[in-house]
Amino acid sequence: TFCKRVRANDREYNEKFQYASNCIMTSKYNIITFLAVNLFEQFQEVANTYFLFLLILQLIPQISSLSWFTTIVPLVLVLSITAVKDATDDYFRHKSDNQVNNRQSQVLIGGILQKEKWMNVRVGDIIKLENNQFVAADLLLLSSSEPHGLCYIETAELDGETNMKVRQSLSVTSELGDPNNLAQFDGEVVCEPPNNKLDRFCGTLYWKDCKYPLSNQNMLLRGCVLRNTESCYGLVIFAGPDTKLMQNSGRTKFKRTSIDRLMNTLVLWIFGFLVCMGVILAIGNAVWEKEVGALFQSFLPWDPPVDNFLFSAFLSFWSYVIILNTVVPISLYVSVEVIRLGHSYFINWDRRMFCSRSNTAAEARTTTLNEELGQVEYIFSDKTGTLTQNIMTFNKCSINGHTYGEEQHMARVQALDFSAWNPLAARDFCFYDQSLLDAVMEGEPAVHEFFRVLSLCHTVMSEEKSEGELLYKAQSPDEGALVTAARNFGFVFRSRTPGTVTTQELGKAVTYTLLAILDFNNIRKRMSVIVRNPEGRIRLYCKGADTVLFERLHSCNHELMNVTSDHLNEYAGDGLRTLAVAYRDLSEEQWEEWSEHFRGADKATDCRDDRLAAAYEEIEQYMMLLGATAIEDKLQEGVPETIAILSLANIKIWVLTGDKQETAVNIGYSCKMLTDDMTEIFIVNGHTVQSVREELRYNGDVCPSKCPPSQAPPPSLLESISGEFALIISGHSLAHALEADMEREFLETACACRAVICCRVTPLQKALVVELVKRHKKAVTLAIGDGANDVSMIKTAHIGVGISGQEGIQAVLASDYSFSQFRFLQRLLLVHGRWSYLRMCRFLCYFFYKNFAFTMVHFWFGFFCGFSAQTVYDQYFITLYNIVYTSLPVLAMGIFDQDVPEQRSLEYPKLYEPGQLNLLFNKREFFICIAQGIYTSVVLFFIPYGVLSHATQSNGVPLADYQTFAVTTATALVIVVSVQIALDTGYWTAINHFFIWGSLGTYFTILFAMHSSILFNIFPKQFHFLGSAHNTLGQPVVWLTIALATVICIAPVLAFRFLKLDLKPQLSDTKKRKPGASGSTLGRLGRGGSRRSGYAFAHQEGFGELITSGKNMRLSSLALATFASRHSSSWIDTLQKVILNSFNISQYTVFTFFMN
Amino acid sequence: MMASSYNAKDEDGHHPGSVGSGGPGAVKSKKPDNTAFKQQRLPAWQPILTAGTVLPAFFMIGLIFIPIGIGLLVTSNNIKEFEVRAVAIATSYCVIRALCSYTAPRTKDFSNVFMYYGLSNFYQNHRRYVKSRDDSQLNGDKSSLLNPSKECEPYRTSDKKSIAPCGAIANSLFNDTLELFYIHPNGSRIAIHLVKTGIAWWTDKHVKFRNPGENNNNLSIVFQDTSKPVNWRKPVYELDPSDPDNNGFINEDFIVWMRTAALPTFRKLYRIIQKKKDNMTPTLPPGNYSLEVIYNYPVRSFDGRKRMILSTISWMGGKNPFLGIAYITVGSVCFFLGVVLLIIHHKYGNRNNNADIPN
Repeated sequence: TFCKRVRANDREYNEKFQYASNCIMTSKYNIITFLAVNLFEQFQEVANTYFLFLLILQLIPQISSLSWFTTIVPLVLVLSITAVKDATDDYFRHKSDNQVNNRQSQVLIGGILQKEKWMNVRVGDIIKLENNQFVAADLLLLSSSEPHGLCYIETAELDGETNMKVRQSLSVTSELGDPNNLAQFDGEVVCEPPNNKLDRFCGTLYWKDCKYPLSNQNMLLRGCVLRNTESCYGLVIFAGPDTKLMQNSGRTKFKRTSIDRLMNTLVLWIFGFLVCMGVILAIGNAVWEKEVGALFQSFLPWDPPVDNFLFSAFLSFWSYVIILNTVVPISLYVSVEVIRLGHSYFINWDRRMFCSRSNTAAEARTTTLNEELGQVEYIFSDKTGTLTQNIMTFNKCSINGHTYGEEQHMARVQALDFSAWNPLAARDFCFYDQSLLDAVMEGEPAVHEFFRVLSLCHTVMSEEKSEGELLYKAQSPDEGALVTAARNFGFVFRSRTPGTVTTQELGKAVTYTLLAILDFNNIRKRMSVIVRNPEGRIRLYCKGADTVLFERLHSCNHELMNVTSDHLNEYAGDGLRTLAVAYRDLSEEQWEEWSEHFRGADKATDCRDDRLAAAYEEIEQYMMLLGATAIEDKLQEGVPETIAILSLANIKIWVLTGDKQETAVNIGYSCKMLTDDMTEIFIVNGHTVQSVREELRYNGDVCPSKCPPSQAPPPSLLESISGEFALIISGHSLAHALEADMEREFLETACACRAVICCRVTPLQKALVVELVKRHKKAVTLAIGDGANDVSMIKTAHIGVGISGQEGIQAVLASDYSFSQFRFLQRLLLVHGRWSYLRMCRFLCYFFYKNFAFTMVHFWFGFFCGFSAQTVYDQYFITLYNIVYTSLPVLAMGIFDQDVPEQRSLEYPKLYEPGQLNLLFNKREFFICIAQGIYTSVVLFFIPYGVLSHATQSNGVPLADYQTFAVTTATALVIVVSVQIALDTGYWTAINHFFIWGSLGTYFTILFAMHSSILFNIFPKQFHFLGSAHNTLGQPVVWLTIALATVICIAPVLAFRFLKLDLKPQLSDTKKRKPGASGSTLGRLGRGGSRRSGYAFAHQEGFGELITSGKNMRLSSLALATFASRHSSSWIDTLQKVILNSFNISQYTVFTFFMN
Repeated sequence: MMASSYNAKDEDGHHPGSVGSGGPGAVKSKKPDNTAFKQQRLPAWQPILTAGTVLPAFFMIGLIFIPIGIGLLVTSNNIKEFEVRAVAIATSYCVIRALCSYTAPRTKDFSNVFMYYGLSNFYQNHRRYVKSRDDSQLNGDKSSLLNPSKECEPYRTSDKKSIAPCGAIANSLFNDTLELFYIHPNGSRIAIHLVKTGIAWWTDKHVKFRNPGENNNNLSIVFQDTSKPVNWRKPVYELDPSDPDNNGFINEDFIVWMRTAALPTFRKLYRIIQKKKDNMTPTLPPGNYSLEVIYNYPVRSFDGRKRMILSTISWMGGKNPFLGIAYITVGSVCFFLGVVLLIIHHKYGNRNNNADIPN
């Protein structure tokens, strides 16, 4: 399977394989092909082709029942707007491609470093990277300026993880320090073909007749940034489109809403209906021409090419297709877009979705998905940065059976002021309990020892730029919080060397000898250090998960353990992350004996890890409990409330996080997704297919509400039973659960649970989970996240929401909506989404109604005009009906309508349900609209027919002439649909008034203008309705007819609506007037007391070793550089944002620096 | 669409020209404006269909429509209308002088009586028929006179001369002549004076239709290069040689015919019998009348029927019972519906609207 061969420094050899060059192209067009390709693409839209087809039909004189301009004007307008939009988008893609392709890199050619553009880098080249540079292609790390061939990279663009990662070159190549040696390097790499697996690389280096295995640990991937490393050299393995970054950026699907899809189906049906009408009328035409028309030849001969009734019928079919096509006018698509654009602006303008802290307003980046926001059933949320702020604060602690930090809840107590007392205190640290500070001052030994542990037992690096200005670089924010807490309470960690830790204890500098770091790992769930204090006493300090630690305590701790345990329960109930802290005194002999053991285990070649763990286990016994810490993983504002409201709105929230299980569960509790009332929390954590299947099966059996996903139970039922279960599944189990044969099972179990948390998931898995739900549940999904690792799920879900105003913008770029706080989601969905859905549905109902009412009149008229495709109305009326006379009132309704005030929809989340159940516009509603439209058309034709066929003007001239009939019917139609929109409009703003009255006014104005003698004298052929308006509308009979038709059309609708409202009022109807009862629904935030382990190191294994080996001592000095560089690059983000904003790349894909 | 995503991002972020006016102090708040429009808080009227509004509306409609309907029906019933169906006399296309005697309408009306001819099964609303005319030619345009629109085909030219007026509508001009005689009890026949002007729309007569050649009164010269429509017996400038204001394109019989009917059964105003000046004698005194038809117009071939109608007119036009009946019916139905809705509302209605949210 290893089929890729790359030989270093040998372009000719590598060229044989024709690997992709490092040039990337994301643009679609160039100047020459633009018109053709773009038009081709646009005509792939069925609607556009359909209108083009109609246009061609209209150009055939025998068929043309309408003038060609009725179609071409809107069509050209739509096509050119889209083309301009596409062109702008592509221009920016070109620009972005060019910029990337023209970046400079240093390539080693013939032993000399030469500047080359990125696009000219070839596979097999050796390139030099410098600090803070982007990696140009997927490289094999050859050597680095750092010791041991180490280099540090930041992979945020790839997987969203902001912590730095270490990559190490093979030791054989790391010795090739300088360019000259590297130029001689002719190793050959054989590796797997390009793929999109970010965390895996398999290959072998053949060099000097030796084989060296290569892994991902040796690779630098395109998109990473080199950090804290002066320079390094790498061999290009994959270039351009073959890189893992580009392999991950798959085709972006054009997102469509379910209403869109429904609309397309309906349009197809309507098209079928149209064909049926056409066939019926064509048959009618055949019969008529045979029976009547043939005899009528003396007055009306057939047009030359027509020589028999069948041919005539054939032509008449097409003629009717043309005049009946107004059932689906092109203005439907335009209006829908306009309405969505309006809704998007309302989202952008919403002050309540504006975050003043980050100065970011909500932004609808895609303007085509708004109504889908009103139908969301599943929310997939990232944790870090989305639900939480990724800020840890030291909140409470329990020391020697005494709990501190309670006051915070009682009143707004002033935060303690440490600076006066402790010059090294961190300023942004807040603690509210004076008694703890007093205890420190009084010199309580337990308290001192407690903070000593915190100041010694960690892997934090410190940086002291100037005296007293300490900066901690912590591997995990938890550790940072703990060390900072110790710092403020007088136990300041100042610096470390591989063998020592220097602290300042209550103003006195103390240096401890660091004897060993018993590193953290997932299984141990604890870490320890063994230090020798200046007095020479050896002590082991340990911190770790309470469950693990309590097992290893000295038996004399029993009582303290119980008290502490109670405290821990309390902390856990508050959703805090807890750690227990302990120490053990070691005698010199014990230490000697153990260190012997330890060295043996350390040097072991086989099962080193296991033996080390055993050695650690041996010494971490008989410890004395000191207390426990409680760290708050700060939630974003209003997260629990938002989640509560959203789940009341029957939206299921799944958390997909890359974090560890414990952390995720903890957050689940603190944001009230998991509660102690839950009957059972299933944890699926198996590593093999079998175990995962068993776990899922077990859960499925326990869970009584396991229901076939095809038939969703009624929401009330679902809620009543699913309230009690939660599912927590880890990434490796998920990998099995997502396989084809198990995904159903997984989905069924997951959907029966109230809360689902997936932890340790990769970006791809996030997308797969979303995809799974999307595929099987036929529900609308929404993914929300902030980091680059969420991009895949954001793109996969029906709606992607990015949290903006933070460091990265990848998620925002990939998203459809962005705002800066998770809590805005409730407003986006319950207010904007709900309204959008409501408005769109009302709009579509009305739109189909009005066009059927308008068009079907032709059908009835067909029976009286020999099926000749004669239109009932004036052709100008047909052209303007959809564009002018009836477009604005319905647009105003579609944009401004509100059924209940916004507060109400937040107070009653149940109001969201109609959207999820798709009640407001579905096939049934559609048929009702159509039926109403057809009924109206019958009335509109037959009432004038009945009245006018006998009526005469008051001067004796009959009213039954064609033009009078046309004007009467048209006027009645405009009035009826205006009355109907007035009925449909629930929220009459001044704009609605203006549009509705204005449309009527415009109709009459244009009517009289068109029928005036002025226009006739200029274009006698075009405006032959001269005087019709005047002659017709001056007749009382005509007005009586119109009034009659209006009442007949509207009265049944009125009666029906009244009955519906009176007998079966919807929630929204009743909440329209009544002021909201108390929003009692949000009181679910109870506090539980169950026991759960709250261990939370967001921590990587292996750092202890790095510290003791001294390898990463550079890290601290370079850490600051990282910050600086990160800061300076932010203006680019801003710039990109501005560009993107200003061009409103609405529905089109936004290019992100990231994977699919 | 291929959208491999890649965003240009510079490594060296030290470009001086940042976005906007630069400088941290100049950061403009992006907070959206607090306007009622942008925050969707425009003052609005929210009408709700309640029993208090809907039920009265139904009763109102009922109460308004029924009287109107009764009024219309009474008016319509007061109108005297008399219809003569043409007897099948002519079988072939030839001129037959038909003589028929009828017992005339015993009208005692003192107003004008209008005389219509009616045709049925005649498709004046057929698409090909409707468009087969040249309004520009009829408006007196010289160039259109000699070069009529293509829409007129196949009645555009004959004998290499353009047809004036061209098109199928003009070609099929109704050309029967109807005359009405009062048969005096003493046996003598007195011709009733039929006024042939004032039967077309004012706009048609004075704006839409105009003879070519400006003020040239000699129409035969104006039309000399044109040919008469094939079905016509005489050219357009001989339609009414006696009255220059009723000749050529502005002949009112012609104009009336050119105003195509909406439905295949139609009537057109033919003549007006003016009321007597003294206002004492009825316009058409009771008695026997004889209708003489010069039968030119063939309708048998397509199963057409001809009628002659005499009718008086009220404020609402001619006899039209449909409207009155429709009004009475709709009014009654609305009233009835109102009663039914009222009962339903009282029995089952959700008067308090106190549906609680199922929580």
